Amino acid sequence: MLSPYSDPTFRQTNERRTLAIVVDNEPGVLARIAGMFSGRGYNIESLTVSETEHEKHVSRITVVTRGTAQIIDQIKAQLNRLVPVHRVVDLTLSGANIERELALVKVRQDGPDRSEHRMEALRLATAFGAKPIDATLNSFIFEIAGAADDVDRFIALMANIGLVEVARTGAAAISRGADGL
Amino acid sequence: MSETMTGAEMIIRALQDQGVEHIFGYPGGAVLPIYDAIFQQDKVKHILVRHEQGAVHAAEGYARSTGKVGCVLVTSGPGATNAVTGLTDALLDSIPVIVFTGQVPTYLIGSDAFQECDTVGITRHCTKHNYLVKRIEDLPRVLHEAFYVAANGRPGPVVIDVPKDVQFAKGKYSRPTNAEHKTYHPKVDGDLAQIERAVDLMMKAKRPIFYTGGGVINAGPAASAALRELVRMTGFPITSTLMGLGAYPASDPQWLGMLGMHGTYEANMAMHDCDVMINIGARFDDRITGRIDAFSPKSKKIHVDIDPSSINKIVKVDLPIIGDAGRVLSEMVRLWKEKKPKADAEASKAWWGQISAWRARNSLAYKCSETEIKPQYAIERLYALTKGKNAYFTTEVGQHQMWAAQFLHFEEPNRWMTSGGLGTMGYGLPAAVGVQQAHPDALVVCVAGEASVLMNMQEMSTAAQYKLPIKVFILNNEYMGMVRQWQELLHGGRYSNSYSEALPDFVKLAEAYHAKGIRCSDPKELDAKIQEMIDYDGPVIFDCLVTKEENCFPMIPSGKAHNEMILPDFSGDTGEIIDAKGKQLV
Repeated sequence: MLSPYSDPTFRQTNERRTLAIVVDNEPGVLARIAGMFSGRGYNIESLTVSETEHEKHVSRITVVTRGTAQIIDQIKAQLNRLVPVHRVVDLTLSGANIERELALVKVRQDGPDRSEHRMEALRLATAFGAKPIDATLNSFIFEIAGAADDVDRFIALMANIGLVEVARTGAAAISRGADGL
Repeated sequence: MSETMTGAEMIIRALQDQGVEHIFGYPGGAVLPIYDAIFQQDKVKHILVRHEQGAVHAAEGYARSTGKVGCVLVTSGPGATNAVTGLTDALLDSIPVIVFTGQVPTYLIGSDAFQECDTVGITRHCTKHNYLVKRIEDLPRVLHEAFYVAANGRPGPVVIDVPKDVQFAKGKYSRPTNAEHKTYHPKVDGDLAQIERAVDLMMKAKRPIFYTGGGVINAGPAASAALRELVRMTGFPITSTLMGLGAYPASDPQWLGMLGMHGTYEANMAMHDCDVMINIGARFDDRITGRIDAFSPKSKKIHVDIDPSSINKIVKVDLPIIGDAGRVLSEMVRLWKEKKPKADAEASKAWWGQISAWRARNSLAYKCSETEIKPQYAIERLYALTKGKNAYFTTEVGQHQMWAAQFLHFEEPNRWMTSGGLGTMGYGLPAAVGVQQAHPDALVVCVAGEASVLMNMQEMSTAAQYKLPIKVFILNNEYMGMVRQWQELLHGGRYSNSYSEALPDFVKLAEAYHAKGIRCSDPKELDAKIQEMIDYDGPVIFDCLVTKEENCFPMIPSGKAHNEMILPDFSGDTGEIIDAKGKQLV
């Protein structure tokens, strides 16, 4: 349970949830959301934000978080009571959804295995649908967009052949089917 | 219809249009245009405090005792940071307050200008909402929106930070409208089906109890009236949190007294053993529940709250109802009348019999003394002599606050102003200033400790300036009494820094503040001197010298359950009560 006044009477398992938060795009709104998570001790695994409807001044924030069912409910209630929040949708709970993130992955090849590693990097990139978007004689930058797991696996493989740096956007998510939020 | 005026004028006009009569504040460079606008009108009266924290507490007292939104005006930088404690206090106790802060001109924001601070950044976590108004076009909307946000849903503090160039800029003012807020729509009507289920549960209850909180007070006098009707109709016992005192009359036989850490034995035992708990506008605070996993283990729990985030936050409930306490209570009254349940006389008799047995334990008992004033006795006499005199009470924080909650008895809501959630020492005196400003003819008493009261003592000067006849009743035991008590219980009686060394002479201090000073150390003189305080037409500081090492009992020690209270007749070693794990808790 949450209170230091008790020992946990039962263990709840942590679940990974993806929340879509529709907010008024006003100054400080991201700080409000992020601050709510940090101030109350909740996790943020990833957070993405951008304006989605310019005329209406509306932004969409996608948060991937982890917690027990009770904590997830609390997170949603706490988000909902922030004044600039229009709505909070639990995409994980509301059915099938698609999550994608983009990563830029820089790899560098030096030393005796250089050409072998360059070939392998390109082969793996093809297999993962990653695009080389920059190349030098001893490096590539790949752009990969996909589910977080695929991005994880691609990066793990690259670690064996000269991974230098990764930039990831965090997940953007949307529910499947014809209906909007 | 819109008029052109400066930002500063808009602020004052908006206050007038919102029906604000008083604003508590302190001037400074970044709010001079607003002070100039105040100077040129007389509808909104400005009360000059002596410290910005005092301004916010005064506004809280004002709001809590009237049900209106309290307003504050302070300057940038230190003016804003000094207001932070008051804002946090108002947030935790759900008090509607609007604080206007001046800010350096927009073109200097971020440059570390003189008296600049990131006010919206600093106050983001201690307000319900805050605004930095960078364009004059946004100001009228923000002004009216702030009143809506502060007062609706679960009330709370709102900050409006206005840069100085925006105060000078001219723009079109628009009057408040009834237009819906773009995003903030709190749910006020409870779900009917849920309310019906709740009433069904109540009808079948054998050992029911009402557990009510500050939400009933915030929902207005109609909510208290509905609560009284429902409680009397059902015949159920009722207890309340510190914040909810007064919603139900303390003189009524169904009233069990306050519950929680220093609540009565009967209230806590009834909470522990009940089979149906009806929580109205309370939030299962840790001062109330004690040990969570042993909290009322056998009961079905109904929870009525306007804030969905209060539901299942601490205690898992069986039947949540999201809505305004007053509206939900009225629905419950209507349904109860409709269903005309047949009273289970036998169960009721058994339950009340059990409660009487707990009551007979007399958990508020204390040993009287002929020679020294017991703090409990002082409060009892204060209550007896102020009864029926249109009295309002504020408190500071500590033992005296708990004794006040135990021994003052409230018949009406909005008569009791105390810092519950944040536990802010220094709240009571400025709050009394605010209450007295709102109720000039009432008897306003601040029950204080000698340590707490010094935290905002400067506000005596405000009381003197505005001829506010507040009575500051200090239970002076020369200790930060609650700290001392915990050191006795938790730290082997090593009273580290909790002795109030080098205290001022409170009688002389009163005189220095153009007030009357009264000192009393003899129980036989107490009544006459309290009467003298009440009769005096002007502010009074009453230095009541009480027993130094009195403990505030009954008490649920930290980490224990409701049925493990320490009662006043405890005769063992107080240092042995709390185990190592309990000692970690606050």
